[in-house]
Amino acid sequence: MNTVVSEPRPLLEVRDLVTRFPVRRGILGTLARAPRRAVHAVEGVSLSIGAGEMLALVGESGCGKTTVAQSILRLVDPVSGTIDLDGRRLTGLSQRQLRPIRRTVQMIYQDPYESLDPRFRVRHAIEEPMLIHRFGGDRAERERRVAEALTRVELTPPQMFLDRYPHELSGGQRQRVAIAASLVLDPSLLVADEPVSMLDVSVRAGVLRILDDLRRTGDMSVLMITHDLSTAAHFADRIAVMYLGRIVEEGPARVVVRRPQHPYTKALLSVVPKRDPRDRSELQVLTGEPPNPVAPPSGCRFHPRCPVALDECRVTDPALRTVPGEPDHRAACVLVGAPQA
Amino acid sequence: MSLLEVRDLHVWFDLPEGRQLHAVQGVNLDLDAGERIGLVGESGCGKTTTILAMLGLLPPSATVAGDVRLDGTSVVADEEEATRPHRWKDISMVFQGAMNALNPVKTIEAQIVEPMTLHGTAEGSAAKKRAGELLEMVGITAGAGARYPHEFSGGMRQRAALAMALACGPKVLLADEPTTALDVMVQAQILELLTELTRDLGLALILVTHDLPVVAQVCERAAVMYAGEIVESASLDDLYHSPGHPYTRLLFAATPDLYGEEAVLSIPGAPPRLDRDIVGCPFRERCDRAFDRCRVERPVLREVGDLRAAACHLNDEPVGSRT
Repeated sequence: MNTVVSEPRPLLEVRDLVTRFPVRRGILGTLARAPRRAVHAVEGVSLSIGAGEMLALVGESGCGKTTVAQSILRLVDPVSGTIDLDGRRLTGLSQRQLRPIRRTVQMIYQDPYESLDPRFRVRHAIEEPMLIHRFGGDRAERERRVAEALTRVELTPPQMFLDRYPHELSGGQRQRVAIAASLVLDPSLLVADEPVSMLDVSVRAGVLRILDDLRRTGDMSVLMITHDLSTAAHFADRIAVMYLGRIVEEGPARVVVRRPQHPYTKALLSVVPKRDPRDRSELQVLTGEPPNPVAPPSGCRFHPRCPVALDECRVTDPALRTVPGEPDHRAACVLVGAPQA
Repeated sequence: MSLLEVRDLHVWFDLPEGRQLHAVQGVNLDLDAGERIGLVGESGCGKTTTILAMLGLLPPSATVAGDVRLDGTSVVADEEEATRPHRWKDISMVFQGAMNALNPVKTIEAQIVEPMTLHGTAEGSAAKKRAGELLEMVGITAGAGARYPHEFSGGMRQRAALAMALACGPKVLLADEPTTALDVMVQAQILELLTELTRDLGLALILVTHDLPVVAQVCERAAVMYAGEIVESASLDDLYHSPGHPYTRLLFAATPDLYGEEAVLSIPGAPPRLDRDIVGCPFRERCDRAFDRCRVERPVLREVGDLRAAACHLNDEPVGSRT
């Protein structure tokens, strides 16, 4: 029996990521020397994903979850922070140096009606990434990989789908083709941005189960971005909840859903519609919408909408802290660990 | 007599080469004042077509048969003239994407005033005052009416669209996926608002959505549509705890629940094509309980209990072998 001496290194390790987008001042603003302002999209996010793990990043639109993904893929350049993939530091690499790494991090988008080229047959759509990355061997080998990828996303027999155009496929089938086009590159990380929100309820589970199988059977991790907490609770190992550019709570999916610590997570969970009409648990509907990320509130960013905010919250910006008795569960709230009133 | 009665509603769309697509195949609905019902099903099952037909908003390629009666008066007939006086005044609608439903070059206030002027319910300063009241009612300050749709967030646009729908004091509100494009917290706000408005104004609501939990939160009753027809109609409690149609049961099983432990299952296959005649049960190829009779005989929607109806042959089988 082997003795484990240290924790295995996570596949992806993001530390203190900050990404901002400058706000255009316009010609009048420039002439008037108006102050340069920026959207603080991501303000100090740290997360890690182990091999074969699925992490769900949840939050409302504008909370920065997609920007985190884009920063990991280096589709946008972070202002500061580090991103390590499989022990290799990605931040600081030039776009040319990034190219070979791009193959190992693949992305699936929300709308399979837009992410597939309508003029490409399925075989072409799945083969193209290999041609771009000069990956997958000769023509016969590439063909074998295309067929194998189709089988893995359960579009079988592959011959039935190879020569179809996207308009001849249903939404669920299109999303499977998009996943297959990522798989042929043997990625180690798959970033899925709202992968099922455009699909019919009846086919969502099928696509999610494929993602789930892939990470269990292959050496692949999944970062799933979603605003659907029920999906996250069902399919992810861990959930990280974002609010206004920060992770406010993070932990094992079942624990976060059943024992939420941050008032924002609690409110968010309370308003998720339940299947059982007899479930009449009280909804905690927050008023208003998240504040402007150009000028986030002082102290805790959630305090203006928080139902249990204290005076202290206006000045103290709480860091993520471990929840007492739950070593894997962290929340950024001054009340965490405080004696219950 | 109910406030709104839909009787044997059919819609056909003309296709090239003289073919026809039978999108709605004999829908019946009853709705009382203040009642909230859900119309649920997958995309393409005919739920949006059904409510557009009720407003006479289908394109010229559509043929409508059947009757829609409001307070006993027929509001949908072959003539546009029969529908127009009722559209928006008695029956109004909120659409899925509020950005597409609002005119980008007109102020919010102008868009709320417009239907009032058209139907003659209010004019001039009275209409503007009423627009302000409507905005306050949906949780927007009256002054914000001077702004344009792009200055509003998604949630505020949907609120403004709701104010527009209520402008002429309708009796029935049709809401087509009103929260699908919204975040969960904003969705909760809009659903709460819809519930309050129907309660306070005695408004009847038909909520069209594919999201069963959303219906469970807002409505007491729902009709499940499949392949152009209603296959089950019952209280939400019955639909969830003792479904009378396998499709209802499988739809719930395909919907993840926050605390549910059981596996989430997709429904195999796809709905049948509606441009050819359906023989037998339209759901039989995707059904896990289909038997010989389902292949040859199309089940009709019939009463299977107190205030509930289902279209499934299993309900004729001995008790215990039900879905």
